[in-house]
Amino acid sequence: MPPPVISVSHLGKSYGSTVAVDDVCLEIHKGEIFGLIGPNGAGKTTTMECVEGLRKADRGTISVLGLDPRRDLAALQHRIGVQHQEAQLQKRIKVWEAIDLWSSLYPRVVDTEVLLARLGLEEKRNAKFMTLSGGQKQRLFIALAMIHDPEVLFLDELTTGLDPQARHAIWGLVKGIRERGKTVFLTTHLMEEAERLCDRVAIIDHGRLVEVGTPAELVERHCPERRVVFTSEGTDAAERLAGVPAVRSVVSEGCTHTLRGEGDDFVTHVINLIAREGIQVKGFRTEVPTLEDVFLKLTGHGVRD
Amino acid sequence: MLNGFWKLTWVEAKVFMREPMGFVIPLAMPVILFVLLGRSLSFGELESGSAVEVPFNLPILFALIIALQAVVSLVVIISIYREGGILKRLRATPLSPVTILSAHVFVKLAFTVVSLGLLVLAGRQFFPGAMDVQLPSFTAALLLSTLSILSLGFVIASLVPTSRFARPIVAAFLYPMVALSGLFFPIEQLPSPLQIVAWALPTTHAVALMQGIWDGSGWGAQWGSVVGLILVFGVCVGISTKVFRWE
Repeated sequence: MPPPVISVSHLGKSYGSTVAVDDVCLEIHKGEIFGLIGPNGAGKTTTMECVEGLRKADRGTISVLGLDPRRDLAALQHRIGVQHQEAQLQKRIKVWEAIDLWSSLYPRVVDTEVLLARLGLEEKRNAKFMTLSGGQKQRLFIALAMIHDPEVLFLDELTTGLDPQARHAIWGLVKGIRERGKTVFLTTHLMEEAERLCDRVAIIDHGRLVEVGTPAELVERHCPERRVVFTSEGTDAAERLAGVPAVRSVVSEGCTHTLRGEGDDFVTHVINLIAREGIQVKGFRTEVPTLEDVFLKLTGHGVRD
Repeated sequence: MLNGFWKLTWVEAKVFMREPMGFVIPLAMPVILFVLLGRSLSFGELESGSAVEVPFNLPILFALIIALQAVVSLVVIISIYREGGILKRLRATPLSPVTILSAHVFVKLAFTVVSLGLLVLAGRQFFPGAMDVQLPSFTAALLLSTLSILSLGFVIASLVPTSRFARPIVAAFLYPMVALSGLFFPIEQLPSPLQIVAWALPTTHAVALMQGIWDGSGWGAQWGSVVGLILVFGVCVGISTKVFRWE
């Protein structure tokens, strides 16, 4: 296995008496979208800014593309792209001026026309920053972060405050970045975003890493329960299914029955059983836990607490 | 170090000029006030001795106002940039911190020269004979003064909590300095503790230098003021590198 693109070991950072990040260890590999997830104030941005070399860690070691982010910041800045949370641009700067300024700062840049087209900004070339929509601003920031074709892209709370349509468009863009072989390190407090976008996630809470893995692994590991909810004509359906080993519990409310069980086979078992018993089903759905459930279970509180 | 300096300076200049409140009004106000005040005080007729003597030197006052406007504008822009994360975004690029801040200083100095040019043009139009100053020399004196007060502006910019408070805070620092600058009454008339304060302020040296150049006494006679301005600049830049906040 090639060495990780980003390696963080025992990272610690305090602000006065407040511990922002405590003993965080991470490895991020080439070509993956890695998400650091947690509530606001959990230490996501501090961790990310230490990795980018913009903040000095109190403890621990960090390596990005084999470089020390603090010592080799100048060299690293040519190989990474950074999008900051809630950082703006000059209100009256035009899109092309920002692109032109950023282009002038790197020895090698991508074709900015292609970049603008890919991000859907070619119509907005002469627009002032202040007139752009939230989604357009974020796309411009991605363009600026990618102008020098970086190997690693850091995206901090990229879609916060965007409407669902703009959010989906940004997700599509980030997936496209991965397809071109880039590594993406992002933070988000949106569990849906992490689940849909990230190959692997790390859950951080109160500055400490709680879990790392693929979203599916984390769900499997911490919230293995599956639920089948179906409605049938007869009220005796539940009794006919209760004795089956794969089913852990059955709760019936009138004609609606909820079956709980574990494992990937559970739903298949239940479908087979319903067929074998010849139960007339009027409605059927499965409920699979999400990353949000994992988060609630591991941290004991919701993301927005 | 100069990587991106001219490009950033040009962008900042254009962005600044697109702000009507920030650009046109500071440019026009001193000129209009200078002409109106000069007329009511019969400035320019001094030469012929037919008018009452004005209590202070009007062109120096307005040159100082131009310098202070540049400083207020700088502090406000820096605080807006800091609050909006613009400084942070620029810091994440290969632009050096010195380049990012120098671009703003350069724009302010250029604006100061344009303002002074307009003031002199208006003065020559409305008060013929009263504006016969060595313009390159006076411009240099104004730029040195502005640079020195700008360096103090960076220290003040570090103390400003949010952009909403930037203008009142910087005004609270700067305008009392004008009162102590020797423009309205001689420093020697102040109580001695205030005299010490006055000589520590860049505005005092700025007024002395500009007045000296205006009166035609030449740079050789002004070395004390020049040293004072350079000292303030050095000390303030030193403090700024320690206390300046990027976010």
